[in-house]
Amino acid sequence: MATLFIFLLFLQVFVLNNILFLDSINPYLYIVFVFLYPLKKNRTSFLFYSFLLGLLVDFFSDSGGIHAFSILYIAYIRLFFVRIYFRKVSADYPFFKLKSESFGKVFNYTVTLTVIHHLIYFSFVNFSFQNLSNVFLNTLFSSIFTLVLYFLGTYIFTKSE
Amino acid sequence: MQQLIYFFRKFKYFLFFLLLEFIALALTFNNLNFHKSKFVNSANAVTGGFYSYSSNISEYWSLKPKNKLLAEENTQLKNLLENNISINFHKDSTLIDSIKYQQKFTFATAKIINNNYSKEFNFLTINKGKKEGIKREMAVINSKGVIGITDNTSDGYARIQSILNKNSKINARLKHSNYFGTLGWNGKNYNVVQLSDLPRQAPLNIGDTIETGGKSTIFPEGILIGTISKINKGNSADNKVDVTLFNDMSDLGYVYVVKNFHKEEIKSLEAQNE
Repeated sequence: MATLFIFLLFLQVFVLNNILFLDSINPYLYIVFVFLYPLKKNRTSFLFYSFLLGLLVDFFSDSGGIHAFSILYIAYIRLFFVRIYFRKVSADYPFFKLKSESFGKVFNYTVTLTVIHHLIYFSFVNFSFQNLSNVFLNTLFSSIFTLVLYFLGTYIFTKSE
Repeated sequence: MQQLIYFFRKFKYFLFFLLLEFIALALTFNNLNFHKSKFVNSANAVTGGFYSYSSNISEYWSLKPKNKLLAEENTQLKNLLENNISINFHKDSTLIDSIKYQQKFTFATAKIINNNYSKEFNFLTINKGKKEGIKREMAVINSKGVIGITDNTSDGYARIQSILNKNSKINARLKHSNYFGTLGWNGKNYNVVQLSDLPRQAPLNIGDTIETGGKSTIFPEGILIGTISKINKGNSADNKVDVTLFNDMSDLGYVYVVKNFHKEEIKSLEAQNE
């Protein structure tokens, strides 16, 4: 998990923050940390590490605490969506793995969390009610970008059996 | 008491979550306020160090255009110098070295190691800081025009509030007349900034040059900004015009930080008057 943490942080701030496709569309792949962190009964460390990752991304991109706020939010509500989409109870948590779930469920789960994260992030970036259409467009395009990268990444890095 | 402990145990994750969210919100609001942002910024030793490593590598991709820019600036400065010398020779009087005592500004070079231009509140990071005498509220320019104002400084790095930041307000005027207004940015196109509060009788034409006004203690007078690209005719009260920047804000290399020697004096004088 520590390597994933550092890898995602550096990938985000040195590579992905510089993509700026069409001047504004960026993938925010560091939220994959929330998808991949193992489910545990004690959530304090998970919430704290997610917050820390967001805060470090903030340090690099001069955005106050926006990333920290939005990643912490999806980290907190993750359990709720795990219960809805995968129908797990707390006894199942130690055995839960995204890999072993069906693609449809994983797709719904990641899309929901990504869109929520991006919506919060872009609302704060905009910080006014003036360019609301901008917020929605950015959320849409960046979510697509993030998800495509995530699914490509999982496809490439999973060992075929 | 038991109830209270039970309550805390039941909602401990939620309370922890609320606490962290509150911290994040406080940092966000602080960051938007020019005079309060202290904690989270890229001008600290760790992030600054990482950024200067990465810019050392990526610098090689833009050596050619940067060289061309330097050569152009050199030519421009040489021409200016040549003009001055000829004037001095023709004058039939002793030259008083006014530079030594009347000098108002000094310029220090710095390299931009992190550049943002796609957000609504953009900041840049440069590789000079307190050790080189860079403080808060100094002007940052390059040969083509205005870039921003220094904000937070650490020992080796400084953060700049770009003119592409919704909080930036810069005094600017028309080059051919002395009508002045306030330059700000609406957060949309990174090549276009907005000049507002111009008096109504000011003659405006598309293509007019806009420069800094010299009415602030930060920017020297006459630093170029851009040209008028769109005039909003109509009965809007604030008389806004769009200004296309001379600088390409997405491609910046070396910059000058401007130090004003008279700033303290002017500020203290203005404080007395109040």
